[in-house]
Amino acid sequence: MESRIQRIFLVLAVGAAWVSPGAFAATDPNELELEPLVVREPERRKVDVDKLDKENFEFGVLAGLMSVEDFGTNTVVGARVAYHVTEDFFVEGQYGRTTLGETSFERLSGGAQILTDDERDMTYYNVSVGYNIFPGESFLGRGLAFKGGLYVVAGVGGTNFGGDDLFTINAGVGYRLIATDWLAFHIDVRDHVFETDLLGSRETKHNIEFSGGLTLFF
Amino acid sequence: MVGELIGYVGKGLTLALVGLFLSIPAQARLLDIFQKYQPEVVVSDPYIEMHTGPGRGYPIFYVAGQGDRIEILKQRTDWFKVRVPRGQHFKEGWVHVNQMRHTLDLEGNEIDFGEIVLGDFARRRWEMGLNGGDFGGAASITGYLGYALNEHITLQLEATQILGNFSDGLMGSANIVMYPFPQWRVSPYFTIGTGMIETKPHTTIVQAEDRTDEIVHAGIGANVYLSDRFILRMEYKRHTVLTSRDDNQEIDQWKAGFSVFF
Repeated sequence: MESRIQRIFLVLAVGAAWVSPGAFAATDPNELELEPLVVREPERRKVDVDKLDKENFEFGVLAGLMSVEDFGTNTVVGARVAYHVTEDFFVEGQYGRTTLGETSFERLSGGAQILTDDERDMTYYNVSVGYNIFPGESFLGRGLAFKGGLYVVAGVGGTNFGGDDLFTINAGVGYRLIATDWLAFHIDVRDHVFETDLLGSRETKHNIEFSGGLTLFF
Repeated sequence: MVGELIGYVGKGLTLALVGLFLSIPAQARLLDIFQKYQPEVVVSDPYIEMHTGPGRGYPIFYVAGQGDRIEILKQRTDWFKVRVPRGQHFKEGWVHVNQMRHTLDLEGNEIDFGEIVLGDFARRRWEMGLNGGDFGGAASITGYLGYALNEHITLQLEATQILGNFSDGLMGSANIVMYPFPQWRVSPYFTIGTGMIETKPHTTIVQAEDRTDEIVHAGIGANVYLSDRFILRMEYKRHTVLTSRDDNQEIDQWKAGFSVFF
């Protein structure tokens, strides 16, 4: 009697194993992953390097704060595209938009407005050259290593400020954290410098932008 | 304002997540149709070094030995991402092109890892570039795209933003560029063209009107071949603005910048 009960359990167990082979095979995940590699026939053709997937473009968005001299600090949003020429150098185009707040004059005078609502939208674009200065791995605690590095950028562009387009020089520094082969996070600080006579005399204005961003490599 | 910032960040993240979500199945589908080109090669040197990332700053974590078969997955700048089988597993890392040159295809032939040289400029189809300079006392920023009809003659479209102290403007033009000696490292060229210029006086200037005029120009310049696909480009142009006033206006433009060709 006892042996019959044992046999029933044995049959059940063997049956269960037989109907779900995946459950046992899955104990060695590496074997599963390798399967397609083993099955595939090697390509016996001439190797054409031009046909390889090239990922030299980086495209992404950014958001942060931008301080416009005399006009306060406001949110800035933008987009950027970069082309990596070598592992050291890249060229980058960036576009951003922010709004201008009120100058202290406008607030204190009670009602006087220097700019119309339309003119309070500020946009900029620039084309810059970047250099990766400290590429490598960075460590967080004992177990985490991130690929990435610091970069410096400088370039020229235009800013639509108070209805006028102004020649603008930008320079800054950023950190690129490469999360995967195709995804990176950025933290950037940039100074956008232009000259304007909007507030009376011709002056050089420094406008500091602090932003975080996300980019994809193509 | 902080609320607004949080709103933007939230929107950005949502957009990014939606993007990621969409891109994964899209990539998988693309894979089915196109089957990415990932050829296998054999290491012919005693070893090649694999880095954790595409740059010399990333540490070497694995070395593939002579005779190992490696699969090339993709390329970024001068670095190749490769996969090397190792027992039951495999290792993935980045190898510099100088080391990839010491690999052979599966039939034992050398592989051309491609080096763009000076002579390739004469065989270009497209060239484009950005340059900046001085436009009659104002700053100018120009982008252009050119299509080579043959090694000597290129048709070119140019867009320029002019940023002055008292006015700003946009200029668009079409040019013909002639390179008499495209194979020289320092290669001179001549250009003529025509286009439109729109001038917008600054808001602080009283009683001035926007205007749009036709413009014709002739210029001379030189390309200096740097390396790979890159060119340093310097140019002088003499513009004649065909104004509606009695006299035409002559403007000198000097500029310098970088170009790439394909």
